[in-house]
Parts: sequence; structure tokens; C-alpha cells
Amino acid sequence: MSSLTVTDEQVSATPAKVIQPAWVRVMHWINALAMILMILSGWQIYNASPLFGFSFPREYTLGGWLGGGLLWHFAAMWLLMVNGLAYLITGFATGRFRKKLLPITPSGVLHDVRAALTFKLGHDDLTVYNYVQRLLYAGIIAVGVLIVLSGLGMWKPVQFYYLVMLFGDYPTARYVHFFCMAAICAFLVIHVLLALLVPKSLRAMIIGR
Amino acid sequence: MAKRSFLIPGVDKRLLIKDAIKTMPDFTRRRFIAGGASLGALTLLTGCDVVDSSSADTLLAQVSKFNDAVQAFIFNPDALAPTFPESAITKPFPFNAYYDLDDAPDIAAADWKLEVRGLVDNKKSWTLDELYKLPQVNQITRHICVEGWSAIGSWTGTPLRDFLKLIGADTRAKYVWFQCADKDGYNSPLDMRSALHPQTQMTFKYANEILPRAYGFPMKIRVPTKLGFKNPKYVVSMEVTNEYKGGYWEDQGYNSFSGS
Repeated sequence: MSSLTVTDEQVSATPAKVIQPAWVRVMHWINALAMILMILSGWQIYNASPLFGFSFPREYTLGGWLGGGLLWHFAAMWLLMVNGLAYLITGFATGRFRKKLLPITPSGVLHDVRAALTFKLGHDDLTVYNYVQRLLYAGIIAVGVLIVLSGLGMWKPVQFYYLVMLFGDYPTARYVHFFCMAAICAFLVIHVLLALLVPKSLRAMIIGR
Repeated sequence: MAKRSFLIPGVDKRLLIKDAIKTMPDFTRRRFIAGGASLGALTLLTGCDVVDSSSADTLLAQVSKFNDAVQAFIFNPDALAPTFPESAITKPFPFNAYYDLDDAPDIAAADWKLEVRGLVDNKKSWTLDELYKLPQVNQITRHICVEGWSAIGSWTGTPLRDFLKLIGADTRAKYVWFQCADKDGYNSPLDMRSALHPQTQMTFKYANEILPRAYGFPMKIRVPTKLGFKNPKYVVSMEVTNEYKGGYWEDQGYNSFSGS
């Protein structure tokens, strides 16, 4: 009886290390939902006037027609922007970005890319991101900022004229918006694939440890 | 939705089109959101039953109204749409409508009159010759379509705010509502602040030539701070009103403010 009590105390005294704090997990999944809504409704909008010689399959678009796609896009944008802004502010304020994503050195990236390609890149300590992860996570945050800025510029090319100027002109902002989407989709594929290969990382993003 | 215009007395335009849609082939542009949010994947993602999409539609419509308010708040009446040199003009400037050019209104100048209604002092109708006598200005601006494409064009005409002043319009009213000659009765409301924007224009010329049929002869309303569908062509009447009377695309789900 007494030994049991001791064991309990020991367990509670050394709780499993929190890998992903609650705010990261909540914002991650809100962002995941917002991104998917934005991408699928964005494909609907793209199909109304394709930039390239292809359209997205109807089954993978949201809203049924252009008007519906626009309604979804301009509703989900609030989710994406508010959540994304909260994430950036918290990430900088708590020092998480600095601690987790920096430094990113070319030699470190090169080393870890080589290790990853030869399947020697370990994931023993999930609290420390390797250089490939750092580069991808920092990169996708930058792409996220870029896609919102180009999107806002396209939404309000007169009122937010300076945003359009940032990209040159309105049609260029449209291309930037598209290629950011493509980058996010590519990230998504790799990100999900790797999360499935290392299931404990997925678990950490759900229950925190 | 409180008060609507009826093309056929007693027949709701939206319901009529909705019924007609059922008999039409799969033509994406004319689809309604009601039949819209058809994505099976969304059901999987959210675990919600979006097959009954009416609740999703209601929410989206509410967010769209919220977006109207946000855009009205952002709107700066002094912010001018960028202008371009003549060399930047898109040639040929695209014809765009929900019908083919052959079905575009073919209006005889002599038969046409611009009707003025609503909260104005002088409700007299205007002939084209009378309108042509008003002072005109030129603008080379970018037309941005709701579909995403854009084109730069040269428009010449009378600033709408000058005309509204001339006819003694109550500029405290909320909207100027335009009715057009397009088939199915195109119409569109323009919020008063956008109507009074210095670049909003009653357009009579394209590229310094009398407005061709393709671009809305005899008169189009050029609003460079709005998406293309809020730049009505073949205009036959304008009404200054406090009532939101809806519009051809607005009623189908395009965001009503749709300002740029």
C-alpha cells in the first residue's frame, strides 16, 4: 500500500515532457482546417479563370460554383488570419520561434538533408527540430505571411494599393498567391507523410506529449 | 429579400432562375450555393452533415454581410484606383457577360432614354444627346473581374457624382440602383459612397470612340473601385434609394459590396 503511494508520487512528480504546448496544438489544428478550406475554395475560384492550362477537379473544390467558392474563401480567411496572427504573436512573444527554429545554418541543413535522404535522420528527441524541420517550418510561416499579403492585395487592390505594389501589379500578385498555394500543398504532402512515418510526433500534436 | 423586383408580376426572379437551372446542363457559373457545398470531403473533415447545406449557406451569407460592413469601413473615398498610360491598355479588351455577344442588348440610340427615379429633385428622363453634352473626363484604369482576370481599359464619360448633383439627388441615401437592358434584367446596387467616388463614371466612350455594343452601348457605369460585375452595362435607369434592392449576381451569392 505504502509502496504504491510512493510510486504514484514519483509518477506525478515527473510528468511526461510536454512537447507541444496547448496553444500550439489548438492553433495548429485551426490552421489546418482553415488552410484546407482556403485551398479547396481557392481551387474553385482558380477554375473560373485558370492561370495555366489546367483546372482543378470539381470534386476537390468547395462551394459548388464561383460565388460559393468566394463565400467560403472570404469566410475562412478570417479563421486563417486571426489564428495566424495570434500564432505569430505568441510564437515571437514566448520565444518559441527563436528557441525551436533558430539557428538555421547552411551546413546544418546540408548535413540533415543528406542524413534524411539516407534515412539516418533520427527523431529521438521530438522537442528539438533538426535543420530540415527548422528550414521547412520557418519557410512555411514565411509562405503563409506571403499568401495572406498577396491575397489581401488582390481583395483590395485600391485600398491596399501598397500591398499590390509590393508584388509589382495585380496580375503578379495573383501568380504569387497561386505559387504560395502550390508551396503549401507541397509542404502539406511532405508534412503529413512524415507525421505518419513518425506517429509519436502526430500524437504530440494531439495530446501534447 | 424583403422587397424584390419582379420581371413577371408575382414571380420571384431567384426562384424562377432556380427552376430553370434544374433543366440546364451542368454549367458551373449558374450554379447556386444551395446546390453547392457538395464536397463530400468536407463532411469527412468536419464531421458535420453538410448535405443539408442550408445551415452552412446561412452562416456564409452572414459572414458575407459582415464582409460588406468591413469593406465599407475600409473604403477610403479619397483613395484613387491606379491609372495607367495608354500603352498599358489591354487589346483587345475582353467582352464578358453571362451570354454571348450575339445576345447582348442592341439598343437604338434614338429610342433610348435614361430614366431617373427615387430620391432626386428632377426626375426627367435623359436622351443620349443631352447626356453627351455634359462635361466628360477620361480614365485608364484596371477592370478586375470577380473571376480573377483583369484588363486595362480607357473609359470616357461624366463623373456620376456630377450627374447626381445635377439632378438634385439626395446623396445621404444609401444606394444608387441601376437597371439594365441585358436579358434576364440585369441590375446592381451601388453604395452611395462608391457612387460619389471621383472616379465613378457614366461612361459613353471606350478608347475615345462611342461605346461599342460589346462594352455596354449606350451607357455603362464604370466603377474602378468595384469588381467588374458592379460596373453595369446597357443601363436604362438609375434609382436613388435607401432600400437594398438586390442585384443580378448579388442575389446569387456574389458579395454585395465587392469593392476593391
